[in-house]
Amino acid sequence: MATILPPVDAVLVGFGWTGAIMGQQLCDAGLTVMALERGIWHDTPTDFAPTFVQDELRYMWRHHLFQNVANDTLTIRNNIKQQALPMRRLGSFLLGTDVGGSGVHWNGQIWRFLKSDFKAYSHNLHRYGNAMVNAYDMTIQDYPIDWDEIEPYYDMFDKLCGTSGKAGNLRGQIQVGGNPFEGPRSDEFPTPPMKMPYGPTLFSKAARTMGYKPFPHPTGNLSQPYTNSLGVQLGQCTYCGFCEKFGCGNYSKATAQTTILPYLMTKPSFTLRTESEVLKVETTSDGKHATGVTFVNSAGEEFFQPADIVILSAYSLQNVRLMLLSKIGAPYDPVTGKGSVGKNYAYQTMGSVDVFFEDKIMNPFIGAGALATVIDEFNGDNFDHSGLGFIGGGYIAQMVTGGRPIEMIRTPEGTPDWGIEWKKAAAKNYLHSVNISCHGSVMAHRGNYLDLDPTYRDSFGRPMLRMTFDFTDNELKMSRYLVDKAADIGQAMEGVSSVKKNYRKGSWNVVPYQTTHNTGGTITGDNPGNSVLNKYLQSWDVPNLFVMGAGAFPQNAGYNPTGTLAALAYHSAAAIKNRYLKNPGPLVQT
Amino acid sequence: MLAAVYAYEIYRRPETVVPQRIATPVPTALLLKPIPDSILNAAELRRGQYLILASDCVACHTREGGIPFAGGYAVRLPFGVIYTQNLTSDRQTGIGNWTTEQFYNVLHNGRGAHGEFLYPALPYTYFTRLNRADSDAILAFLKTIPPQSYIPPPNDLPFPLNIRLSVLGWNLLFFTPGEFAPSPQKSPEWNRGAYLVTGPGHCGACHTPKNFLIADETSKPLYGGTLDNWVAPDLTSNTRVGLGLWSIENIVEYLKTGRNGYSSAGGAMAEVVSNSTSVMTNDDLHAVAVYLKDQSGSPDNTFDTPDAGAMKRGAAVYFDICTSCHMEQPSEQQARLFPPMRANMVLQQSDPTGLLHLILAGDRTAPTPTRPSGLSMPSFAWKLNDQQIADLATYARNSWGNKASPVEAYQLSDMRKILNLESTRTSSVSQ
Repeated sequence: MATILPPVDAVLVGFGWTGAIMGQQLCDAGLTVMALERGIWHDTPTDFAPTFVQDELRYMWRHHLFQNVANDTLTIRNNIKQQALPMRRLGSFLLGTDVGGSGVHWNGQIWRFLKSDFKAYSHNLHRYGNAMVNAYDMTIQDYPIDWDEIEPYYDMFDKLCGTSGKAGNLRGQIQVGGNPFEGPRSDEFPTPPMKMPYGPTLFSKAARTMGYKPFPHPTGNLSQPYTNSLGVQLGQCTYCGFCEKFGCGNYSKATAQTTILPYLMTKPSFTLRTESEVLKVETTSDGKHATGVTFVNSAGEEFFQPADIVILSAYSLQNVRLMLLSKIGAPYDPVTGKGSVGKNYAYQTMGSVDVFFEDKIMNPFIGAGALATVIDEFNGDNFDHSGLGFIGGGYIAQMVTGGRPIEMIRTPEGTPDWGIEWKKAAAKNYLHSVNISCHGSVMAHRGNYLDLDPTYRDSFGRPMLRMTFDFTDNELKMSRYLVDKAADIGQAMEGVSSVKKNYRKGSWNVVPYQTTHNTGGTITGDNPGNSVLNKYLQSWDVPNLFVMGAGAFPQNAGYNPTGTLAALAYHSAAAIKNRYLKNPGPLVQT
Repeated sequence: MLAAVYAYEIYRRPETVVPQRIATPVPTALLLKPIPDSILNAAELRRGQYLILASDCVACHTREGGIPFAGGYAVRLPFGVIYTQNLTSDRQTGIGNWTTEQFYNVLHNGRGAHGEFLYPALPYTYFTRLNRADSDAILAFLKTIPPQSYIPPPNDLPFPLNIRLSVLGWNLLFFTPGEFAPSPQKSPEWNRGAYLVTGPGHCGACHTPKNFLIADETSKPLYGGTLDNWVAPDLTSNTRVGLGLWSIENIVEYLKTGRNGYSSAGGAMAEVVSNSTSVMTNDDLHAVAVYLKDQSGSPDNTFDTPDAGAMKRGAAVYFDICTSCHMEQPSEQQARLFPPMRANMVLQQSDPTGLLHLILAGDRTAPTPTRPSGLSMPSFAWKLNDQQIADLATYARNSWGNKASPVEAYQLSDMRKILNLESTRTSSVSQ
């Protein structure tokens, strides 16, 4: 029998980026907030001190900061004709856990989507016609929010993190040195761009001679120390090259720990319970009102936490699963196309080009998570897709996330995968190669979705989430196009000796690592018929339930998701504070 | 509850040992709670509340994990342990029944509720400077603290110190009761600062060196002292080990935010800043700074050139492991995260205890309401051996214009024993 805890105004399920943002926003609005985190407490000196954090084997390969798949994983298949099997080792994406979530071990790439990304359906329909937006069984749709509405919230996140970068469009004025394709920013970046090492500098030169407009990657690895409006301090990045998959020991990567928690944890109205796994959201018998959540602590004791507002702020995949386990909303059925929960799961299409040099020394160990120069000419609808047979795109970047010796060895075309020849090539090229990444979108497709697995269960006996996903020709064509463009730039880099194209080919697989950008499943839309959430991330079915995260993306753009999911969280928090609290109920009338 | 969670998380990991003070709830809510005008003696209660903050009573009158002001905190002295009094309004075990005379007698004369001699672990040599109105205001506020029935453990003192009368002799030697008398030649602000520093703030209790009977060496006011295996630095105008290079604004910023680009509040000072100075008024902090800046510098020493080999080895360690945070030339903002080495008075204290403690155990900057980040230095006890730390300390104490005595490896091995931070790699690491 569950122990019933004293009620709170709001309960947060999961305590990563969005949990911390919502906790701070709601506590400052005067609410009492309880955060429940399945994992443990992490903070900088204890868990990722600079004395030991740069340990590739421990963190990257032995998954020290990631979800333990022995307790909980998901089952995977490419299409509905297959039998899904549990993913028994993390690979293609690295699920986070613990306080700070995946935001602890992210790269710090802080992007905003393009104006046209928010109108993926209507924009592409208008430009390329009905046949193109319905090709490949695409199920894309518009966000119920546009650029002007979300921009102030992007700006809030930038100011929380102290994002380093150079504006390309400041209040409608195109700025030299920034991304000319971005939507108008209301303000310049809080801190200037990072200093660029040699590889990105050569990439930038080559791109410029080809007529492109390279710009520094916007980043949460700070070029300068920064103190945000909560008084929380971030330090200057030391370019150690251990961001992605690692915690930052220097307080220089924007995370919940380095931007919000020192402030939030001292608030008397805020409580965090770690090692508390939420099993489901409880609702009234008519299913229209959430009463709170049931969770289990590490001793196996069950609790019920009553709350007026329930906020799912776990990772997108967990949020989808909790919706399904709690029987909130209609599960999506790929055969009939009915139902919304689990619909439009999307990912990222990653391709790349390795560029080798004979004499130039690249010093790849001088790195940071988002240390790159980028071109955005082939992202979203920044280029004419007529006749190309696909929509979407991605950014092309010479990024030096680090020179980690196990993961980041590049060898030229024709080198064997092991043995003495591989060793020779690895040693010869370590200092003399760079990688150009092509970070591509994934459109939504009828057959790509999430539901509960009928067979496999986790350590609590709950059905695992089942992921059904594959790349379609839209993604593969798009990615090939980007890789070819990237290779052209690579060929134009000063001192190049050879390039190797790494196309994305065939079906999606759970190995190797691609990216932890899992989106969709609790998508936002303009009516309950096409979505799970309204534009304030409020459940259409249960108005006191809000669902954060990239699950809200109706399809995935060619950018990293964190900037947009954080902006959506701030947008949701503003609606809760300014409207919902005065008059609890649906914020969008149907 | 959270503090306990953090502590557990930290102590269960063998690699890093940091003090338990993490995200200390800055400072106890009781002391920040606004007192409404509707309460009859609101003005007096506010005055008492503020003086309790400025005196940092809560630090010593709260035992680890205990309820604020319920006492029982162990004051560890070289010759024994003294447990602090319950200051809540409980009538049997706290101060609920005390009269204002009794309480003034405590602060002013160092005598208990029944006239008994109190041990000078209670810094009545400072509190004697409080006037009667301030004393009454403090008691009035203490009486609003919800009662907690709690009797601290009996003191653990050897004969003859366990006889309270022994304090009489100590008082005769070292204690002159007397309220603060303003100096007419000085400004009101200076006098306010002097009152705070030498009275309620009892800064000298840590920052003035002690003689063999733990009494202040009054000829060396604020020349620096040691406690709890930390060093309370020199607060005179000495430009090497004291506040000589700090401006008034630097001192105010340090006390308000816990960091100022020269230094960050850590060690035993962290809780003083978190619980007390960070919530004092800016005017009072300014007055404290004005008074401190008017203290003449302690006499300085000269030092021999340190061993070249130690300096070279120390530099190698410094550039390998320290620069990632402390940088070679940190910007002003970066220096407020991780203090710079140049002109760093903490590094150059005559007694390197604090520096060695810091390198071995790691530490956190005091979180404050305006700067809540408890930025940290990790423990190096497991990573560096005694010789490496000695070389590093010698190098840091004698570079960038710094000057101080060299550090020897045996000092590290002594400190490791005290802190229970024996190295796990002592013999296997080549030097």
